[in-house]
Amino acid sequence: MAFLLSFAALIPLDNLGHYIQWHFIEISIANLIVMILMVVTFIVALVAPFPGRSRRKENR
Amino acid sequence: MSTSEIDRQWTTRLRRRVEGKLPPEKLLPDTQPTYVSSWIYVFGIATLSSLGVVIGTGCILALRGPQWWHGSAYGHFINSMHLWSVEIFFFAMVVHLWGKFAMAAWRGGRALTWMTGVVTFLVSIGAGFTGYVSQSNFDSQWISTQAKDGINATGAGAYFNVLNLGQMLMWHIVLLPLGAIVLTGMHVLMVRIKGVVPPFEEGAEVAE
Repeated sequence: MAFLLSFAALIPLDNLGHYIQWHFIEISIANLIVMILMVVTFIVALVAPFPGRSRRKENR
Repeated sequence: MSTSEIDRQWTTRLRRRVEGKLPPEKLLPDTQPTYVSSWIYVFGIATLSSLGVVIGTGCILALRGPQWWHGSAYGHFINSMHLWSVEIFFFAMVVHLWGKFAMAAWRGGRALTWMTGVVTFLVSIGAGFTGYVSQSNFDSQWISTQAKDGINATGAGAYFNVLNLGQMLMWHIVLLPLGAIVLTGMHVLMVRIKGVVPPFEEGAEVAE
C-alpha cells in the first residue's frame, strides 16, 4: 500500500489540469500525450517486425 | 412431411444460407494469410479483448452499486479497471481504424464490414459519454451540466436529458452496450465471411 501511495505521489491528480493553447486550439497535456502515444504506436505497429513472420515466409 | 415441404421451411433455408456463407472452417479458421503477421493486425483483437474487460467489470459494478464502487478499496479497483479498459479500448480502436483506413479495408465487397465498424465506433463514443455522466459523483454532475447546453442546442434534449441520471444510466448499461456488442458481433462475422483485407501490393484483384 505504501508503495502504491508513493507511486501515486509522483503524479499529483488533485491539481488543476495543464492545458496548451494555440490560437483557438486548446488541449490538455494528458489528451495530447495520449494522442502522441497513439501516433507512435501506429508507426511502430507498421515498422516493427512481427515474431515468426520470416519463418512463415520460409514455409510458404 | 415431404422433401419439398422441408426445403420450404424458413429454418432449412436459413441453415443452408448460413452454411454456404459461413462454413465452420471460415467461422473458426486455424490459419490466416501471411500478410496478417504484422503488428497492425493486432489492434482489432486488442479492441475486442478490452471490450470484454469493459463488459466484465461493468457487470461487477452493476452487481455491487455506486456506494460500493465509491466507498471501498475493491470497488475503487474494479471502477479503475472499468475506466482503464475503456481507455485501452478506444486507444486500440483508433489505431485499428487508422490501420484499416490506410489499407482501404472496404475493398473487395467489405463495405458492410467497414460500416459496422464505423457505427460501433459511434455507439462506443455514446457509451463513453453516458458513462461520464453515470458516475454518480461531483464529476458527473459537472460534466452533465456542461453537456446539457450542447445537447439542447441540437434539439435532442427533449428526448435525451443528460441531467436525468436514471435515463443516462439505462442508456449506459443497457441500450448502448447492447448496440456495441451486437454490432461488434456482426463486424467480426463480416470479417470471417469476407476474410481479412489483403495489402495493396498483393495485386489489383482484391480477394473476397
